[in-house]
Amino acid sequence: MSSPSLDPGGGRDFEGSFGASDPILSRRAEVQRTAASQLVRRKVTSRVAVFLCRASLVAALVPLVAVLAYTIRRGVSAWSVAFFTHLPTPAGIAGGGVSNAIIGTLIIDFFAALMAVPLGVGVGLFLSQSNGKVAYVLRFGADVLAGIPSIVIGIFAYAVLVVTLKHFSAIAGSFGLAVIMLPTVTRASEVAIRGVPRDVTEAGLALGGHRAHVARRVVLPAALPGVLTGVLLGIARAAGETAPLLFTAIGSQFTSYNVLHPMAAMPLIVYFDGIQAYPDLQKAAWGTALALIVIVFVLSVGGRVLSSRVRRSVG
Amino acid sequence: MSDQPVITEQVARQQEPITLTAPARRDSGLMATAMSHEVDDSAKVMRLQSLGVRFGDKLAVRDVSFDVLENCVVALIGPSGSGKTTVLRALNRLHDLTPGSKVEGQVHLGEVDIYGGDLDATMLRSRVGMVFQRPNPFPTMNIYQNVVSGLRFAGVTRKALLDEAAEAALVAAGLWESVRFRLKAPATSLSGGEQQRMCIARALAVEPQVLLMDEPTSALDPAATARIEELLSELRERVAIVIVTHNMQQAARVSQRCAFMLMGADRAGELIEFGPTDQLFNHPSDQRTADYIDGRFG
Amino acid sequence: MSTTTATEKTSRIERAGRLQSRLSDPGYRWLLLVVAGVFGALLLAILIALVLQARPALVHDGLGLITSTRWDPVHAHYGALSMVVGTLITTAIALVLAVPLGLGTAVALATYVPRRLRTPLSVLVELLAAVPSVVFGLWGLLVVAPWFAGSLEPWLKSAFGFLGIFNGTPIGIGVLLAGVILAIMILPTMAAISRDVIIAIPRDQREGASALGATSWQVVSGVVLPSARSGILGAGVLAAGRAMGETIAVTMVIGNTDSIPHSLLGQGQTMASLIANEFTEATEPFHLSSLIAVGLLLLVISALVNGGARLMVRSIARSAPGVGVL
Repeated sequence: MSSPSLDPGGGRDFEGSFGASDPILSRRAEVQRTAASQLVRRKVTSRVAVFLCRASLVAALVPLVAVLAYTIRRGVSAWSVAFFTHLPTPAGIAGGGVSNAIIGTLIIDFFAALMAVPLGVGVGLFLSQSNGKVAYVLRFGADVLAGIPSIVIGIFAYAVLVVTLKHFSAIAGSFGLAVIMLPTVTRASEVAIRGVPRDVTEAGLALGGHRAHVARRVVLPAALPGVLTGVLLGIARAAGETAPLLFTAIGSQFTSYNVLHPMAAMPLIVYFDGIQAYPDLQKAAWGTALALIVIVFVLSVGGRVLSSRVRRSVG
Repeated sequence: MSDQPVITEQVARQQEPITLTAPARRDSGLMATAMSHEVDDSAKVMRLQSLGVRFGDKLAVRDVSFDVLENCVVALIGPSGSGKTTVLRALNRLHDLTPGSKVEGQVHLGEVDIYGGDLDATMLRSRVGMVFQRPNPFPTMNIYQNVVSGLRFAGVTRKALLDEAAEAALVAAGLWESVRFRLKAPATSLSGGEQQRMCIARALAVEPQVLLMDEPTSALDPAATARIEELLSELRERVAIVIVTHNMQQAARVSQRCAFMLMGADRAGELIEFGPTDQLFNHPSDQRTADYIDGRFG
Repeated sequence: MSTTTATEKTSRIERAGRLQSRLSDPGYRWLLLVVAGVFGALLLAILIALVLQARPALVHDGLGLITSTRWDPVHAHYGALSMVVGTLITTAIALVLAVPLGLGTAVALATYVPRRLRTPLSVLVELLAAVPSVVFGLWGLLVVAPWFAGSLEPWLKSAFGFLGIFNGTPIGIGVLLAGVILAIMILPTMAAISRDVIIAIPRDQREGASALGATSWQVVSGVVLPSARSGILGAGVLAAGRAMGETIAVTMVIGNTDSIPHSLLGQGQTMASLIANEFTEATEPFHLSSLIAVGLLLLVISALVNGGARLMVRSIARSAPGVGVL
């Protein structure tokens, strides 16, 4: 090895100019020795850790498969034409169905969406246009709202609509579900409207439209798919909720179209029938659970597909 | 010999930091003097033989061969896209982290082919270190922890060795005096240039045989750049250096050997010319090299 | 022809614009502000409504509501401490299971699965969050509980009985089952948020560690996870918040006993399950308002926990709306 003179020329004290190689070489040797002796241990640790992480992933998916498998197996056997078209019959009597619950869920969720969507899109529009403190607080508030237990929302709906109207009602249930849907719809709308390319908005403004007009005629239609995704996901979330309905719509044995009175709903069937000891009631619960899962998954997956298709087309 | 720092300063002062259009040949006289450091030809630290790199079915680099000698700074120069960084990253098997990548040919570190299967990639990287384009200190660690992190990864726990290696590395990187009393400060509290020198120290702490540098000064201001260039001439006493640089003047200033690369017709990078720096700059054998040096393209 | 269409369009917009001229820009912003204000008032309304409904109980029960374990509607004595403890026990069990598994899942998704599998697998994990709570409850009660009673709990009792936490008769339903079901339900939250935080760690950190000779796991444990520390903590807190507020699944499997269980195999009650169970039949004096007071407690706790978590995670805003995980 050549040994050039170094003349730092500036007093930089390079650790022992001529003996520099010795400490370096000895450190290098020790590092290599240590590394070689530790190598197997490190590699094994790494392999084990990677394996454990992958195993966690599998473990996370096992319950999903299990829930779906059992629900499908036991739910399908409950499905029949009667199941979808008949009213419930007392325990032990065959031929019952959950038609009232299906209708009830459709009605309750429809009104929930009716309440939540305009408000959610409006707030989403506001949030998409502003970045100030108010917006931050609102977004934070939306997150907090999203985290409130649904049973508490149920109490709120009870306090606001059941106590005042003096009886249980489906519309109170819709109200509770609307509050639950709101953060999802808001967030999705904000993201969708923000996602509309600036030049689309500016083109609209340049053509002489006022902001409100541009918003309604230009931006919202462009953001529609994203907003729709949010609505679908919000409904998916609300459709599966039981707690807000427990003391609002409370369920019913009959078919009802009157939103000011109690109404049957699918989650309530699963809840009330599932805890009964009667096999045919449990069967009805499985069948309803399967139908619920189908609805929720179709809405969720549909919403996701829609949003990714939009993202792809916008590029 | 003792003139060397002065001449480097002169050369540095006369040339702009970046552009490729300033013809280096005009300063050939000074350049020849600056490049007069002899290198021990007999000690080949790394040998590249027909190195090729493929990503999926796309060839990125083809048939690159050159040697890295002890105490030598090899500069990889060439326009963007010529495959310089790809070649550099093949030298410490960083492409292993990219799925679908395939390396062809041979790279020898001493007697061992690093792709031969006998040398574990993590062991290789304790012998061949790397400094990146943008300083990348580990944000949750303080300066000391950053510098010894390579040693810790290797399994070194002896405190005396860690301390000794950290100090030596920081001294070598020219950072010891400024940080010796604040080693517990967060690494992110350093300036950009200091962070990069800390990254150099971090790479040096494991006492590698080769140091790979991927445009280490391109994210730094001229003063910081100059400091690091000064370091290189000292650093090559302890490690061989392979440096990728966009800056021809920098290559001329710091290197003893130069490899000029160019993107071929099939969009794969290839080695056009390799040789002693002053020869490459003053009497290039290939017309394309001459064109690049003269700034006719790139 | 295209020019005519463009002219037609422009004049249509102009006409519409004139019609809209009453809704000038400042007015529009004001309208939006009101809308947003309504939204903000909602949170306040929830708090106020609950406080108003709970007031009789708050006056009557006083601090005993959270310090006494005696929940006795017949004698108008309402102490919800057992329920608070029940909530804490089930949440703790859920976290012990879901945090390591969720973190491992997140690391796997971020680092150890092939790129192209990353999204499909992540969607599958998040699909777990789309399953309605009541379906988990049904499955837990009718499928998992028998298995717990017949296989798992006897085994736990024989293998770990010395720890003293597996005493009592294994009947399947109870706090352990509730904790496990909760773990399954909060795992997607833990995994998805942690995964996002981990993916956000810049690539040059990882490369830097690898270039220094770190093994694959050392890169994760030495550099990635420490950098992601606060986000992961936030994810854990968020998951805890969800576990505390989860009602239906827990109600169906916890056994609904108004006392603090003495073993993990025992039955219990959480704040949420208490409300779900007794609300519609709360006819005794102060019963309903006490239940609502417990609901108020739940509201305050979950708001604090969620708010705190959000501050930690700093709203890693997912660009695509998830399936309601957050």
